[in-house]
Amino acid sequence: MVKKRLIPCLDVRDGRTVKGIQFEGLRDAGDPVALAARYAREGADELVFLDITATNQRRKPLTELVRDVARVLDIPFTVGGGIGSVGDVEALLLSGADKVSINSAALARPEFIADLARRFGSQCVVVAVDARLVNGEWQVMTRAGTVATGREAVAWCREAADLGAGELLLTSMSHDGTKSGFALDLTRAVSDAVPVPVIASGGAGQPSDFTDVFNAGGADAALAASIFHFNETALPALKHYLHNAGIPVRL
Amino acid sequence: MEIAVVDYKGGNVQSVLFALERLGAQPTLTSDPEVLRKADKVLFPGEGEASSAMEALRAAGLDKVLPTLTQPFLGICLGMQLLGQHSEENDTPMLGLLPFTVQRFVSDATHKVPHMGWNNLQALQGPLFAGLTDADHVYFVHSYYAPVGVYTTAQSTHPAPFSAAVQHGNFHGVQFHTEKSGAVGTRILANFLDL
Repeated sequence: MVKKRLIPCLDVRDGRTVKGIQFEGLRDAGDPVALAARYAREGADELVFLDITATNQRRKPLTELVRDVARVLDIPFTVGGGIGSVGDVEALLLSGADKVSINSAALARPEFIADLARRFGSQCVVVAVDARLVNGEWQVMTRAGTVATGREAVAWCREAADLGAGELLLTSMSHDGTKSGFALDLTRAVSDAVPVPVIASGGAGQPSDFTDVFNAGGADAALAASIFHFNETALPALKHYLHNAGIPVRL
Repeated sequence: MEIAVVDYKGGNVQSVLFALERLGAQPTLTSDPEVLRKADKVLFPGEGEASSAMEALRAAGLDKVLPTLTQPFLGICLGMQLLGQHSEENDTPMLGLLPFTVQRFVSDATHKVPHMGWNNLQALQGPLFAGLTDADHVYFVHSYYAPVGVYTTAQSTHPAPFSAAVQHGNFHGVQFHTEKSGAVGTRILANFLDL
């Protein structure tokens, strides 16, 4: 059977890995190439590499860094941040990325998802959805979480999957960086609504949070950054914890 | 040793090139029939959609060349599926080297489509899997699969068994991504280069 995946996320700005609390107040967490190699050695199932300043400052994604990371990495690797055209995606895939994650551009032009799926295949199209809980409703945010779209999260996830997304990266901005656990209700609602895999993100703080997001949340994969970067929870120990808790993982 | 990677503008080949370089090889990315015929090994990575891939192969004249190759040949992911007769993906005729029809997975509450992630290999046969066991995991990303048949050299399940690897003569195929399957994938690639 296919295993539940653990995915460290490398948020990168100016060539360094950083991690913020709810997207602001960034802290430096190291060299992304060294971190990528370390995570692969420790048993990461995949990596996600997000150029977190790209959308707001309209910079091109860092294809050179992507190439350096891909050269040493023997596990799958997703790149996101500021991707707005077929040409952007082509450049990243040619640099060695296995998948791309799109967010604001998909919200601005949903047909962009279908264009990428047709051109490159759904397997490399990850649609990232940033959701914030506002008055009891999960609202989709855009432009690195700074602008409300008026869309409801589960409906947008369903639309993205229908258009050809091969996977959804679902982040609860209300939980991101808080270490209070994943958004279980949101993750379960999306997982039940779409046929494609769902990566849950935002809020990982302790090992039991991962058990919960796989069991109660129905997630196929869980993404986290700070608990891995700062050695708060080592990947091998987390995998053994999950295995002992009955979660199918690759040891 | 000359190692050729088939270039038909149809897939992401960079990861395969990097993986071969990590093994000390110097692969040539080519669509030139003469270079392909002379190579000691040929790798055929594929990603994306079946009918576009077949169109790209036809446009490069490779649909006629690939079936005539006689050296060890490894199709990866869609590159494996293209070795079959036919795909349900846009009702596409394939290269016809192996007697399978590629079918689509059906999703249910616990089995998502695409089948994406690490799954273990079972019923391993042949030299590609030397040194590996049923406990070893490899990385899959696909929505279509080849059923189990006499040509199957490894199986995986989602939820029913399917062909994780196939072989007919010099033509080998793996549904998973050897180049993205950690130490296990590296061993399988090294085993292929040793054929």
